[in-house]
Amino acid sequence: MRGSLLEGKAWRYGRDVDTDVIIPARYLTATDERELGSHCLEDLDAAFASKVEKGDIIVAEENFGSGSSREHAPLAIKGCGVSCVVASSFARIFYRNAINVGLPILECPEAVQGTKTGDRLRVDLGSGTIENLSTGKTYQAQPFPDFMREIIALGGLVDYVRRRLGA
Amino acid sequence: MGMTITEKILAFHCGRDEVRPGELINVGVDLALANDITAPLAIEAFRAMGAERVFDPARVALVPDHFAPARDIAAAENCARMRAFAREQGLQHYFEMGRVGIEHVLLPEEGLVLPGDLVVGADSHTCTYGALGAFSTGMGSTDLAMAMALGEVWLRVPESVLLEYHGELKPWVCGKDLILHTIGAMGVDGARYRAMEFRGPAIDALSVQGRFTMANMAVEAGAKNGIFHVDAKTRAWLEGRARRDYRVFESDPDASYAERLLFDVGGLEPQVALPHLPSNVKPVSEVGEIPVDQVVIGSCTNGWLEDMETAARILEGRQVHPHVRCIVFPGTPRIKREMIRRGWMDILLSAGAVVSTPTCGPCLGGHMGVIAAGERAVSTTNRNFVGRMGHKEGEVYLTGPAVAAASAVTGRITHPREVMGR
Repeated sequence: MRGSLLEGKAWRYGRDVDTDVIIPARYLTATDERELGSHCLEDLDAAFASKVEKGDIIVAEENFGSGSSREHAPLAIKGCGVSCVVASSFARIFYRNAINVGLPILECPEAVQGTKTGDRLRVDLGSGTIENLSTGKTYQAQPFPDFMREIIALGGLVDYVRRRLGA
Repeated sequence: MGMTITEKILAFHCGRDEVRPGELINVGVDLALANDITAPLAIEAFRAMGAERVFDPARVALVPDHFAPARDIAAAENCARMRAFAREQGLQHYFEMGRVGIEHVLLPEEGLVLPGDLVVGADSHTCTYGALGAFSTGMGSTDLAMAMALGEVWLRVPESVLLEYHGELKPWVCGKDLILHTIGAMGVDGARYRAMEFRGPAIDALSVQGRFTMANMAVEAGAKNGIFHVDAKTRAWLEGRARRDYRVFESDPDASYAERLLFDVGGLEPQVALPHLPSNVKPVSEVGEIPVDQVVIGSCTNGWLEDMETAARILEGRQVHPHVRCIVFPGTPRIKREMIRRGWMDILLSAGAVVSTPTCGPCLGGHMGVIAAGERAVSTTNRNFVGRMGHKEGEVYLTGPAVAAASAVTGRITHPREVMGR
């Protein structure tokens, strides 16, 4: 995640996008990212999974990822090619899950307000800068606490524990 | 400055005298649990971490309750992976069909979660055990894998919100109504990242089962955990169940809270959360004429014995409306057996209800009661999101068991007193 630059088209949604619409329970017997990704956001925006392009960015208002603890939700988002999620705020379990599975997330209400579907965004994960190339405005996301930076730098929780176990 | 009950439990589990909100800590866990949806990913992550053995085979519980009894081949394979892992690791708390119940009713009933415990589960409703004065919270599968491998997890110490309830509850008003009313007042992210600490005379008067219902839905307000203080009722409930000693923590009088909310619930009517958010709450008298296709009574929220009793009281000598499918699913096999012993099973079956084996099935639109487009369900479960119980054009209205049973009789959302005459 360090220093990496992401660029993609924004898909803008409202508040309380819950994990049941990110990946409906009927698909939860799958664990494969791509398969989950083919149903991503199906009950909120039926066209999304077929139209989303690699690198695109989900931009949503408060409480993104509320509801269930299903890690299938960040996996589905990764699996359909989305490069990162920018939200005004995240529900807590989703926040942990995204960091743990290596889905970049940024909290920045100003960027959310200043973005509409179709805008091109450039995100610098290292500095937390979000640039809306369509409007020319730049925003600064909340920084991660140091401990989370450590997990992110290791590529997720699996490698963090691997190191702890000396495996 | 004093500490809250949540801060004290977290401090104890990281071996410190005190912790403060906002600190990131590593804590030891007393129990880690996963179900048939979340365990397969957790097992995958556990292997990827290079872990070989779980930290303690007595402190990992695996519960096949979501798509089990297996609804299809993929579900059967997930259950098989989980069963194989449980056998390989010698897990003491893997529950096979016939003994398995809905995880958050089953584990307290088995005496596996106790006051002062720190419990993490790969299921968002793990917060249920706060009813017993434990810290318990939901996480994802990778976090759970870390808990299984190391016996610890990282946590941010949450700020606490103190919620105090006054007044004597009217007939047919229960824990579900208190928590729906609370979520209606706070919103679905009103307690985001925080601990909800419940107290007050109305809480003292509430049964332990009613407290489980309230703690269960803390996550619906965005909270990390919901927690209650241990009292004589808690101790009585644990009598004969607790399998080990437990430790009781209390909030200090000078503990610090991010917010304090007072609720006068003396005049509270039964509550209904309308589609599509648990915060979209109205008193039952204000929802208007809403015809119903399906009624679901049970789940980790309201699958307790007293919920079954409420349903049986209302359905005794009555009939489920011919246009309604009424599905009752008790929390555990033990509760189901007790329903038979007390004659409630006969009452429910005579009324034309279906009594299912314990499963999470219908709550999350998994199986055993999925709804079609345009259908409307009244349900004692905890979520009414778009598509939660099946088709995205279906609707779920959340209520307590009394309103649900009364609505099953009339075929529309109904105050129980209309059916019962008082």
